[in-house]
Amino acid sequence: MIPVLLGISFVVFGMIRAAPGGPFDTARAAVSEEARDALRARYHLDEPVWKQYGRFLAQLVKGDLGPSLKYRHHTVNDVLSQALPVSMMLGVMAFLFALALGIPLGVAAAVGRGRASGWLAESAILLCISIPALLLGPLLVLVFAVGLGWFPVGLWNSPWHAVLPVATLGIFFAGRVARLMREGMMDAFGSSFVTAARARGVGEGSLIWRHALPIGATPVVSYAGPLLADLLTGSFVVENVFQIPGIGVFMVNSALNRDYTMVVGLVLVYAVLLLMLNLVVDVAYTVLDPKVRHG
Amino acid sequence: MRNRAPASNPRGRAAWSGEGRDFAANRGRPLSLCGLEEPRRLGGIWVLPLLFLLGLTPGCGGRGPAPDLVIINGKEPESLDPAVMSGEAEGRIVQALFEGLTRYNPTNGMAEPGLAESWTLSENGRRYRFRLRSEARWSNGEPIRTKDVLYSWFRMIDPVEGSQYSSPFYLIRNAEAYQTGTVKSRAEVGMKASDELNLEVELENPAPYFVELCAYAPMAVVPQQSIERHRSAWLTQGQPPASGAYTLVEWRLNDRVRLRKNPHYWDAAGVKSTLIDLLPVTHPTTALNLYLSGQADVIWDKDLIPSDLVETLRKRPDFHSFDYLATYFLRFNTTRKPFHDPRVRRALALAIDKRRIVEQITRGGERPAGHLVPPGLPGYVSPPGLSVDPDRARALLAEAGFPGGAGFPKFHYHFDSRKSQENIAVQIQAMWEKELGLRAELRPQEWQVYLNTQSQLDYDISRSSWIGDYNDPTTFLDLFAGGNLNNRTGWKHEKYDTLLKRAGAEPAGPARAELLRQAETLLVEQEMPVVPLYFYAGMQIHDPRRIEGIHPNLRAEHPLRAVARRGARR
Repeated sequence: MIPVLLGISFVVFGMIRAAPGGPFDTARAAVSEEARDALRARYHLDEPVWKQYGRFLAQLVKGDLGPSLKYRHHTVNDVLSQALPVSMMLGVMAFLFALALGIPLGVAAAVGRGRASGWLAESAILLCISIPALLLGPLLVLVFAVGLGWFPVGLWNSPWHAVLPVATLGIFFAGRVARLMREGMMDAFGSSFVTAARARGVGEGSLIWRHALPIGATPVVSYAGPLLADLLTGSFVVENVFQIPGIGVFMVNSALNRDYTMVVGLVLVYAVLLLMLNLVVDVAYTVLDPKVRHG
Repeated sequence: MRNRAPASNPRGRAAWSGEGRDFAANRGRPLSLCGLEEPRRLGGIWVLPLLFLLGLTPGCGGRGPAPDLVIINGKEPESLDPAVMSGEAEGRIVQALFEGLTRYNPTNGMAEPGLAESWTLSENGRRYRFRLRSEARWSNGEPIRTKDVLYSWFRMIDPVEGSQYSSPFYLIRNAEAYQTGTVKSRAEVGMKASDELNLEVELENPAPYFVELCAYAPMAVVPQQSIERHRSAWLTQGQPPASGAYTLVEWRLNDRVRLRKNPHYWDAAGVKSTLIDLLPVTHPTTALNLYLSGQADVIWDKDLIPSDLVETLRKRPDFHSFDYLATYFLRFNTTRKPFHDPRVRRALALAIDKRRIVEQITRGGERPAGHLVPPGLPGYVSPPGLSVDPDRARALLAEAGFPGGAGFPKFHYHFDSRKSQENIAVQIQAMWEKELGLRAELRPQEWQVYLNTQSQLDYDISRSSWIGDYNDPTTFLDLFAGGNLNNRTGWKHEKYDTLLKRAGAEPAGPARAELLRQAETLLVEQEMPVVPLYFYAGMQIHDPRRIEGIHPNLRAEHPLRAVARRGARR
């Protein structure tokens, strides 16, 4: 993991510094040469890039990602400690939402195949998958917040503030979960195990929930890891639409602001998150699948 | 439109109880997917998403009491330190936290006594004697004295600090030399304390607007002890003592800045709201939705109003448009051919129908600009400038050696890649093509690259704008003095610089105004390193029946201490 992170930090560190424009460029106040030199010296930007990178690594070992060059009263660690928990909470809630909506929807689509109920569930899945968050978010706000007044328009102050952003973020993934679930359930219904249970006279409800569901859910379990990773890292749009103080806004703005330290810090944190989640998925495979466990 | 905004309550957490009741009421309805054959068996699972939401949101519970006033303030403040801040969104908060020797009057935006209760000006217009209020206190109760002012001001010109807005201090004798290191001794800089309450400031030249600059955020008085103890974290470690009407309660990035009334403020009785939340919102649609749903009381400026909806919103009684001290203009890179030739620059300017731009594109009440300095400054009238005249434009172009545009080299129109800028660029491109036969290639760039390109003079024609820092023509005219870091045109004209210098030596009055007018005439009628396109209009949204203390003025100065909500939020 460490060589991967080092590689990522090296590439990002170099790329962001190669971009034209600097963190102290503003339209309103042309900073004098003296002031600019003082700022560059304060943040060691007057040193060769390799030396800056070395300094960055030395700080990183101590868990310090350095000061933000744009939000100069805050360190990158400050920003992460404020914003990352918000993004993670949003991601985890959207993950649970996606499972809680996607699993029943997939089951309904499989159970009702060939009937109106199945068609309805299929349509709902298609809708979930087709509607982009950029469109869905404002639409939900317009209907449920501005129009009906059921939920707040934005911000992040109470449980009610979470409903629309979580739905916006989770609905696409709910569609994907539902699709996997439907395929899994169809396979399960065709399996000899379920056929035998049906022959034994097991009731329809028990057949679905007790016999078919555990088999049908296998693809969803496999997808859960990447799904969580996607949700944790993919909330930029939703955070912007709903004015949520998560990391997504910083992720976009830090690059635009040429906030060198922030860009590298955020990319590294995301990289660590993704690597950890992949590790968890690998371990989960090992635990769940006997073929993997026994080589 | 229905508003279900929360009623005020002491804890804030239950602020959304209105929505809670509605939501709970709907939770009782059947939530199963209609048409499914197994609604009873599957139905229970449909409430799972909702249960997850309710069960897993303890971390986003409400924080603290409900504010009296919620303002949508624009982008997240980069800093609340007068030495670091550079934008208007920050400036509003800084001025609420830290006061200068003067402060802005909420009605007309002009300076009035702040921490200084009075001042006198010497006959030559160069020496001010300020007297501080003996009752002026920091929010921790400590008195504010001249040493605090001197610390704050010397900090702004200290080369080590790297202050972004030190230029207002260059009016003070030797301040610029001190920052550049030419002058080492503080004693040689024109600011001295006579005693604890009396301060003497000596200017390089008479500057009638100096008292107004003293209200400007970079000249605010900041707490030495806090800054020296916490260094760059002085605004985030604990609560820094404030010299202004408000103290900083909380600054949560991309969430809110919360201010509380400073009980030790010398004019605490005149401070209208006790607790104010300023929201850093940058998406106009989100801003409007927050306002319409009653989550916010004021939308502060035009960038937060969806441009597509301006026509509709203008008809509402809570939409306010007013003249604003800001100009949109084009810069020519006068170091490049053929834009080094004033005839070419004038020809391109004369071919632009500015009225069409404000009527068909911006549509927010802007006015076509013939000159650079917006109208409305007391004691100053700009020259008329050039109006659209395609025939004269063609004649000038021919005179410059490009009849009908023949032989004119390929050139770029440079702008930052926002949709609004692109619309203007396309319109101007079409005008030049139609009237002069010149085809400009559009060159949009991402913001930081755009700034870099402009300051490196790596463009042909570049779109620009400027907001005045104080109520005086020099806030615009000084930009194009030779050597000004904000010039960014490569243009340097001896006569222009001389006129500005002569005006700088004059006290306020008709003679000074005439010299400035001559300089502006040279700028916008003869030399034209810039083409003024339109004067901005300020835009705000707030309901005057519910919000008091916001008065239109040229500088859009609306001190927070005067703003308050009448009654509970909708």
